[in-house]
Amino acid sequence: MVLDIVGRRALHALRGLSGFTWFTADTVGEVADHARRRRAPFHARLLWQQTRLVGVGSIPLVTLVSLFLGLTTAILASYQLARLGARESVPAFVAIGFTRELGPLLTGIVVAARSGAAYTAELGTMRVAEEVDAIEGMGLGALRYLVAPRILASMLMLPSLAVVSNVAGITGGAFIAHLQIDMSFRQYGVLALESLMTHDVVGGLVKSLIFGLMIGLIACYKGMTTTQAATGVGISTTSSVVMSVTSVIGCDTICNVVLTRIWP
Amino acid sequence: MTRDRAGLLEVRDLAFGYDGKPILRDLSLSAAPHETLAVLGTSGCGKSTLLRLILGLLKPGSGSIRFDDRDIAKLEGSELNEVRQKMGMVFQSAALISSIDVGANLALPLAELTDKRQDEIDRIVDEKLSLVGMKDAKAKLPAALSGGMRKRVGIARALVMGPKLVLFDEPGSGLDPVAAALIDELIVGLREHDTTCLVVTHNLQSAFRIATRMAMLHEGAILEEGTPDEFRTSKNPIVRQFLDGDPEGPLSEGYEATRE
Repeated sequence: MVLDIVGRRALHALRGLSGFTWFTADTVGEVADHARRRRAPFHARLLWQQTRLVGVGSIPLVTLVSLFLGLTTAILASYQLARLGARESVPAFVAIGFTRELGPLLTGIVVAARSGAAYTAELGTMRVAEEVDAIEGMGLGALRYLVAPRILASMLMLPSLAVVSNVAGITGGAFIAHLQIDMSFRQYGVLALESLMTHDVVGGLVKSLIFGLMIGLIACYKGMTTTQAATGVGISTTSSVVMSVTSVIGCDTICNVVLTRIWP
Repeated sequence: MTRDRAGLLEVRDLAFGYDGKPILRDLSLSAAPHETLAVLGTSGCGKSTLLRLILGLLKPGSGSIRFDDRDIAKLEGSELNEVRQKMGMVFQSAALISSIDVGANLALPLAELTDKRQDEIDRIVDEKLSLVGMKDAKAKLPAALSGGMRKRVGIARALVMGPKLVLFDEPGSGLDPVAAALIDELIVGLREHDTTCLVVTHNLQSAFRIATRMAMLHEGAILEEGTPDEFRTSKNPIVRQFLDGDPEGPLSEGYEATRE
């Protein structure tokens, strides 16, 4: 009985993985095929629309959440580090923490919940309304036309939003350092910048690029495989957010293991 | 009973099923150039599935679908897309892209798949919208249109690439009799534009109005095929029951579950 359930779930997961792999390969194939015919893979207008949705539209939320997290991180760090007589380490703690970890991770979660859900809901609605079939039936290539610009926008915007998150988080930390451990903004800024190394910043940006790719792929895959009308769109959207957030956090762990080994 | 006709579209021994349940079995059908073939059948008998197979949106389990000297069942990717550009499909729900206006819906395949200049695209879009009497709706979003208007725009969109074959999925469904008659008139008018039409419907009035030839789909295969006059005088009990709308007869078995 238990084996039966485990077997069914494993089979379901394998089917999902196989579908996801084919979806990714087909999207790349359609884009490459269009490019081979010396045609633009998709209109710049479509990419522009999506970058506005993912990037510009997410700035307020990413900024606000990062600012709050920056404040919290600095409060906890200044409290503990001041007790150890290492109050000057607060800027480094916040700056490294955000650029390497919190900025990309927080941005990934916010984008997965906001834009990833929007991708899935929009594509899912188009799927059940036969709009995707209409695009496919016209010979346009639904993956090229609908999916590729969304994935690219997500990939391009995540690193940019991670920078916004880093700045907001570090700025939040500066306020706490000023109020709680009486550190000037200038001193905080100098110490924060001095503590940062190239690999902290680049590592974080590379991670956010990978998160962007994963969120775009998962959200679009879930949208394009939606069935069962309105209920299906709801189910797909929930599943997309859960899968994206889990994947981002899981991937973050793997990236940290790899980055600390190859670029400590 | 199927007749061997050299046609623009040749479907041979087509079989297809969902989750192991057969929908179409050894279905053979052909459509000659410039004719309007109406495929009749009860709800859920696989008429829409047939159109999706012809358009390459579904892959058959076996059989062939020859169109323009190529077997659609065997085509993939860009080759399939090339063939699709010679077909147009009018979906039951019209399936216009809801986020862009009517003009952009029509211009989309022209802009994406051809090298035409913008002024040329605008001219074709205006021409097709005029053909279906919807030129004034060019700047409107699909959500602002009635069901009949959406269907007409759907027909215009299906025609922009100058297709050899246009597929219609229940063109009159959900429309009032006048709107449905106007759609039928448009379909009849397409014959003058050298376009072959394959219309699936269970609306008999509409089918007899538009068809030059008819076929009845039953239990996954073509049960009877002929001219509208031959259909009217058919002796086949299943065809007779369908045409007469008689609740008693061989077709009623499929509705037993509904009755219970």
